[in-house]
Amino acid sequence: MPQIAQLTADNWYLASQLFWLLVVFAGIYAVIGRGMLPKIEATVDARDRKVADDLAAAKAAHAAADALEETYRQQSDASRAAAQKAVADAKDKAAKDAEKRLAKIDAELGEKLSAAETEVAAARTSAMAEIESVAAEAASDLVAKLSGTKVAAADAKAAVKAVLHG
Amino acid sequence: MAAESGKIDPMHQFEVTPLGGGFNLGGHEVFFTNSALWMVIAAVVLGLFMWGGMRRQLIPGRWQVAVESFTGFISNMMTANIGTEGRKYTPYVFSLFMFILFCNLLGMLPLGVLGVHPFTVTSHIAITGVLALLSFSIVLVVGFWRHGLHFFSLFVPHGTPLPMIPFIAVIEFISFMIRPFSLGLRLFVAMTAGHVLLKVLSGFVINGFNADNLVIGSVVSVLSFTLMIGISALELLVAGIQAYVFALLTSLYINDAVNLH
Repeated sequence: MPQIAQLTADNWYLASQLFWLLVVFAGIYAVIGRGMLPKIEATVDARDRKVADDLAAAKAAHAAADALEETYRQQSDASRAAAQKAVADAKDKAAKDAEKRLAKIDAELGEKLSAAETEVAAARTSAMAEIESVAAEAASDLVAKLSGTKVAAADAKAAVKAVLHG
Repeated sequence: MAAESGKIDPMHQFEVTPLGGGFNLGGHEVFFTNSALWMVIAAVVLGLFMWGGMRRQLIPGRWQVAVESFTGFISNMMTANIGTEGRKYTPYVFSLFMFILFCNLLGMLPLGVLGVHPFTVTSHIAITGVLALLSFSIVLVVGFWRHGLHFFSLFVPHGTPLPMIPFIAVIEFISFMIRPFSLGLRLFVAMTAGHVLLKVLSGFVINGFNADNLVIGSVVSVLSFTLMIGISALELLVAGIQAYVFALLTSLYINDAVNLH
C-alpha cells in the first residue's frame, strides 16, 4: 500500500503532500470559499427576498381587490334596494291617485244619478197629476153625455183618484 | 501495470511520483507530484465550475442553478445542523466538500484509455488525515474560544447519573479523540477500496482475453467488464456520499463546539 509505505520510506512524500494540499486548499478556501461563495449566497438570498416580497405584494393586492369587490357589492346592493324602494313608492302613489280619482268620479256619478232620479220622480208626479185631471175631464164628459147630469169637477177628480190609486 | 507478464499491480495507481520542481523546505525535499497536479486540476475545474455560476442573475441559467444547488445544499446543511451561526463556517465546509468531491470524481475519470492516469488525491491517508485534523482543530479552537474550559462539559451528556460520570466521560473523551482518525480513515479507505476493486476487475478483463483458454477467458472478461460498469456507477455514488459524509460530520462536530450538547 503506497499510501502508508511512502509515508515512511520517502523523505519527500509527506512534505510534498502537505505543502501542496495546504497551498491548494488555502487557495480554494480564499478564492472560492471566501470570494465566490458569499456572492452566490447573496444572489440566492436576494432572489429569495425578492420572491418573498413579490408574494407579499401579490397577497396585499389580492386583499385590496377583495375589499374593493366587497365595497362594490355593498354599493350595488344599496343602489338596488333604493331602486326597488323608488319603484314601490311610485306604484303606491299611482295606486292612491287612481283610487282618489275613482272616488271623485264615483261621487259625481252618484250626484248625477240622484239628480236624474229626482227629475224622473218630479216628471212622474206631474204626469200623474195631468193624467188625473185629463181622466176627470173625460169622466165628467162621459157622465154628462150618458146621463145628462153635470158632475162637479171636484167630484170627478175625487172619483178618478179613487179608481187610479185603488 | 505489466500486462505482458500477466501480473497487474492494483496498488501502483496510488503511488505518488515526483514530476519536478523540487525545493527544500525545512530539511524536506518538496516536489510537485502527480498528487499535487491532480489537486491543482481539481482546484482549477472547481474554480471554472464556480465561475460559471457567478452570473448573479435573478432568473438563473442552468449552470447557475447547478452551482447554487451546491452552495444551497451546504448552507442548508450548516443552518440545519448548527443554526444561523453555522453560516460562519459555510466557506470552510463548502471548500472541503467541493474539494473532496472534485478530487473523488476526477480520480474516477477513465482517462487511462488515453494514456493519462488520473490520480485520486483523496485515496491518501496523508491528505484525508490532514483534512480531518484541520476540521478537528477548528472544532477545538472554536470550542475553547467560545466556551473556555466549559467545553469539557461536552464529555458529560445531560442527565448522566453522578456515579456514571467518570465512566461516561472517559468513553466520550475517547470517542471525541477518535473523530479525526475515523473521519480521515473513512474517506481514504472508501476511495482506496473502490479503486483497488476496479483495478482488480480490469486486470481480470485483460488477463481473461490474454488467457490460453480463450472461451473461459472471454467469459471471465465479459463478466468482469459488466461488473466494472456497475461498480463504476457505485463508485460515482460513493464519491458523492463520502464527500457529503465528510462535510456532514465536520458540520456536526462544529455544532458540538458551537452549541455544546
